[in-house]
Amino acid sequence: MPSGDEPHAGLDEQTRWLLAVRDRRDRQAFARLFDFYGPRLRAMLARLGCTGAAVDDVIQDALLRVWQKAGQFDPAQASASAWIFRIARNRYIDIVRRDTRPMPDALAVEPPPEPDPGEVLALQAEGARLRAALAELPKEQRRMVEMAYLGELSHREIAEETGLPLGTVKSRIRLALERLRYHLKEHKPP
Amino acid sequence: MTIRHHLPARLIRAYAAGSLPKSFATVVAAHISLCDECRAQLAAEEFAAGAVLDSLPPLYEPGDERLREALLARLDGAPHLPDEAPPAPMGIFPGPVVQALGGRPPRWRRLGGGIRQEILARDARGSVRLLHIPPGTAVPEHSHSGLELTLVLAGSFGDATGHYGAGDVEVADEGLAHAPVAGPGAPCICLAATDAPLRFRPLIPRLLQPLMRI
Ligand SMILES: [Zn+2]
Repeated sequence: MPSGDEPHAGLDEQTRWLLAVRDRRDRQAFARLFDFYGPRLRAMLARLGCTGAAVDDVIQDALLRVWQKAGQFDPAQASASAWIFRIARNRYIDIVRRDTRPMPDALAVEPPPEPDPGEVLALQAEGARLRAALAELPKEQRRMVEMAYLGELSHREIAEETGLPLGTVKSRIRLALERLRYHLKEHKPP
Repeated sequence: MTIRHHLPARLIRAYAAGSLPKSFATVVAAHISLCDECRAQLAAEEFAAGAVLDSLPPLYEPGDERLREALLARLDGAPHLPDEAPPAPMGIFPGPVVQALGGRPPRWRRLGGGIRQEILARDARGSVRLLHIPPGTAVPEHSHSGLELTLVLAGSFGDATGHYGAGDVEVADEGLAHAPVAGPGAPCICLAATDAPLRFRPLIPRLLQPLMRI
């Protein structure tokens, strides 16, 4: 468990960088986020068949929004990577597909300013286990999981439920769901 | 609101990945607006998508350094942005529906049999509409060459697959022929998305087809 004076102990690097941006507008931490996510977002866009100048536009625009929206990041509700993924995917749909994405209503309740460190660490641990489970997948299965999450599935493939995450990956996602469901219930107005 | 029929995980996953056509994404966003369980499920699918992103082999480019400097130069003076959210809900219509309506009440058009509709959006990848079905009225039996998603916003309907009340979603897969009937008491108002033309069984509803423009 974290001690009181080390609030970010036990968090992965990406989350610590994003919290430094959120809490201190730390430009060096932001540059690290760019160095980590820029080339990964490029890999994601390449899989979507996105090339040329649009790639740099999406990367730059997405990460600028990470800076602009950092105040809303709550590590008990999302991992840094999930939060950045969501921003980047919306920027891709906006810039490349020239469309807007229907978004659900915001929850009526604001997240608490200081979330329970236990909840944050529990979600972080699920993230580490999920990445380990992904790394252990046979190449072909891993490719299927990537297709399902990076938006490469055709409509027919979605309807036919191909690309379904299997085995350990699926059970890790279910455990993350339990954490997130608990967090949502705890912070809902009665 | 007690919701018994939820979105299947594969649709929430495809919504998270951004690969759903807009018609279906509207229904998914509208249901999640009403359903905490599917909201948590979406957070879990996005959590998984983030882990996949973290695990991707990075693709470096010689221009990365320049891109980073250009981005750092834009930080000062970039205003804080609020979270992306649709307009506020209006009565029975959650924000994503209000957005599709352009912020105004529905402009119902008669379809015959007392059924009314407004087509909210239609493109090559599908259509999404609001339907207003009087109590006890049957929608003509039809089948699909693709997927049909129906979210109940008020009232209820039932067909061979079950009973659907406010907040419930019916997922009608390819080939399912069904004839939904609105429940008694109140009109059934629902949001329905299809990705392919519906095929109506009896002769008379075929006459309806050009009217419904599906
Ligand atoms: Zn649900």
